[in-house]
Amino acid sequence: MTILKTLAIAAAGLVLSLGAAQAEGQKTAKDVSFSFEGPFGQFDRAQLQRGYKVYKEVCSNCHAMHLMSFRNLSQPGGPEFSEEQVKALAASFQVQDGPNNDGEMFERPGLPSDRFPSPFPNEQAARAANGGAYPPDLSLITKSRPGWYGTINQLINGIGGPQYVYSVLTGYTPDDQLTEELRKEQPEGKYHNPFFANGPWIGMGPPLSDDQVTFDDGTAGSVSQMARDVSAFLAWAAEPKMEERKRTGFMVLIFLGVLALLLYLSMKKVWAKVH
Amino acid sequence: MSTAEHAETNRRDFLYIATGSVAAVGAALAVWPFINQMNPDASVLALASVEVDLAPIAEGQEITIKWRGNPVFVRHRLPAEIEAANKVALSDLKDPLARNANLSDGDPATDANRVVGGKEQYLVMMGVCTHLGCVPIGNEGEYAVVEGNVRHGGWFCPCHGSNYDTAGRIRKGPAPENLHIPQYAYLSDSKIRIG
Amino acid sequence: MSGHASNYQPKSAFAKWFHERLPIMDMVQGQALDFPTPKNLNYFWTFGGILAVMLVIQIITGVVLVMHYTPHVDMAFNSVEHIMRDVNSGWLLRYMHANGASMFFIAVYIHMFRGMYYGSYKAPREVLWMIGVLIYLVMMATAFMGYVLPWGQMSFWGAKVITNLFSAIPFFGESITTLLWGGYSVDNPTLNRFFSLHFLLPFVIAGLVILHIWALHVVGNNNPTGVSVKGPQDTVPFSPYYTVKDAFAIVIFLMFFALWVFFAPNYLGHAVNYQEANPLVTPAHIVPEWYFLPFYAILRAIPDKLGGVIAMFASILILFVLPWLDTSKVRSGNYRPIFRQFFWLFAINCVILGFAGSGAPDSYFMSHEAAPPDQWALTYKLVGQIATAYYFAHFLVILPLLGLLETPKPLPASISDAVLAESHPSAAAVPAE
Repeated sequence: MTILKTLAIAAAGLVLSLGAAQAEGQKTAKDVSFSFEGPFGQFDRAQLQRGYKVYKEVCSNCHAMHLMSFRNLSQPGGPEFSEEQVKALAASFQVQDGPNNDGEMFERPGLPSDRFPSPFPNEQAARAANGGAYPPDLSLITKSRPGWYGTINQLINGIGGPQYVYSVLTGYTPDDQLTEELRKEQPEGKYHNPFFANGPWIGMGPPLSDDQVTFDDGTAGSVSQMARDVSAFLAWAAEPKMEERKRTGFMVLIFLGVLALLLYLSMKKVWAKVH
Repeated sequence: MSTAEHAETNRRDFLYIATGSVAAVGAALAVWPFINQMNPDASVLALASVEVDLAPIAEGQEITIKWRGNPVFVRHRLPAEIEAANKVALSDLKDPLARNANLSDGDPATDANRVVGGKEQYLVMMGVCTHLGCVPIGNEGEYAVVEGNVRHGGWFCPCHGSNYDTAGRIRKGPAPENLHIPQYAYLSDSKIRIG
Repeated sequence: MSGHASNYQPKSAFAKWFHERLPIMDMVQGQALDFPTPKNLNYFWTFGGILAVMLVIQIITGVVLVMHYTPHVDMAFNSVEHIMRDVNSGWLLRYMHANGASMFFIAVYIHMFRGMYYGSYKAPREVLWMIGVLIYLVMMATAFMGYVLPWGQMSFWGAKVITNLFSAIPFFGESITTLLWGGYSVDNPTLNRFFSLHFLLPFVIAGLVILHIWALHVVGNNNPTGVSVKGPQDTVPFSPYYTVKDAFAIVIFLMFFALWVFFAPNYLGHAVNYQEANPLVTPAHIVPEWYFLPFYAILRAIPDKLGGVIAMFASILILFVLPWLDTSKVRSGNYRPIFRQFFWLFAINCVILGFAGSGAPDSYFMSHEAAPPDQWALTYKLVGQIATAYYFAHFLVILPLLGLLETPKPLPASISDAVLAESHPSAAAVPAE
């Protein structure tokens, strides 16, 4: 009976949630560590600022982030650019506004309240410009793409979304290292990336090369550094209230703990006379 | 009752009171997010300014633009309207205060205090009647400048009959205050930013 | 409600005036504060109170979320993200509501299994139990429609697959799905009606909960011995004894809830639901939320479309007749040694069903590897079929037979006797029979 009971309880714990099964052949993401992991983890401001620069100079040529506004870049818990920096950043983009009194749309410099401009006006245009492949919006990429699977694994390590992005960015097999077999399979204009969720053939060419981005803080722009920074930036963009959430969580737990203790003592007192 | 029992009672009461108080504080704190969610959110707060080009507005013309969900009247006044507004003695005003967000609270409602930067030809004010929030109708009411059959300036609120003069000051009717002037600044001679 | 006379005496002139016009304080005193409750209830009995709190939390967070949500296919997904990013504390409200649904189901499952173990469905509590099953059914409908509202990929495809179940109904199937959708697929009309019903049904649940508590107060609580209350020595007034115990359990449960909300808010959901719904692309694996997985496994176990749908609904509806399937007169599993084994087997079987519903049908059980189609293999589907058979066998064969074949242990003479035996082990030697 005790064995059965233990089994039942253990199994009930396991079943709490099961992730979707892994796409066949997809390689588990590289387990790079980030400062924001774990219950105490916070974002690294400098890393987020570097990550934004990588997004702006590299990713944003094809990938939109339609849920993000420039003002988000200065809000607490993010890259925390100063308001002036954000105004300047926003103004460096031309955004469409209108219609004006003549009924025409017009371009004007961006304001902090503007959303990040999208590189393509619609999905069809994006596909047409990218050989039929649609560069996905990156606003929620680290929350919608698991890097690994497993009920317990995801509970302890999260879904590995930032690691997935990092792994895709750094996981290309160079064309000259493809095996003969793979070379035969290779579709026109596609690249081999075993980490890609719908892979292994991906429409995006290797987007990063060493020193492509010059960081303002002097950090060397190696591919892995840029990939790591932009993954962190995208993790923040997907969950911008993470720091506030964890902070609130600790206060709530401590408060409930105190209340539980007081209630327990009260309960013992109340029940002391019964029996 | 012995002293020991008495002390026992006190300690127990203290425990119950402490438990109840902590629970009450927790409940009060938990209510806050549910109230605060109704306050303007970050996207609403961020959209609080709008730019207006004054150049296309001819003398005697008025445009209405939307700012924070409310109409803002931008009027290019005729000299006659300005003159009429200047003639009014402060003691005749129902509300003697300027109600101009760009000045201090106690400033008097002179015509000069109803505009910004000395550009008295441009009157910029909220198109919201200070009575109950209707939009007053322009070039209407008892305090417009009348030339033949045509009225210039002055506002009349159709809901409950408030009359505003050519500087948007309440003169007659139930409204308690002059039409409010929002915060705005001249970016150039012919361009302002409201908010 | 029941025959428990209240001792309520209005203390002030106003209270007296009010009492003569609406005796609600009398009811509170008699039904909530003074209500005689067996003194031996264990912590499994606190889940009723926990569920009441969860219902209130879901309704309050839901009403507040509606203030910011837009039920339109073009805006639903973005409005949820607007809540997460811009609304003051919006992330908290939304994570509370989403994880609250899972907590609600955890609590309801513990509550139901407690009822099954201690025979709380047996006479005279059949109607109390059946109202409970009805609440569970409405909960499932509410949760399902709520999951559609964020309009992510799993929202859309979950809605499409589940509404398609009705197309299995002979003759009328297609007309029924068209009616449910308000079109030829899940689309804006579907989203709007699901939104409307998702708002309405929780209040239906609240009404059913009142009936559930009413029925409870007519017959009184069951208790871990299953022996009926014999007199005042067996009970304590609900307040303060059970108010404080329930409050303690509720706070512990809220701590468990908080761990999810603040530290793993997306773990119980699906990553793919952070992709906006796309009616042209089906995700690789469509799985329901964890609390529906056992029923999903039963659905898939039957190779026939209509058969699967019937089996799935039967697996829930069978709970309505549980009071008459269990032939034993003894309520508590504590005094039914063989039933107790089968109870835990049934619980394990339900967990296995949950696992069976989680994977691709033709993959090896607990693996992602596809099994060869032409030879025997222990696949998710096969495990689901075996576990489905056992699920129904438990209700239709084991429970009816056990009551006839099993010799129960001797029951204590009263609740007080059982409590005494527990607190003074030496007294346990005194034979209870």
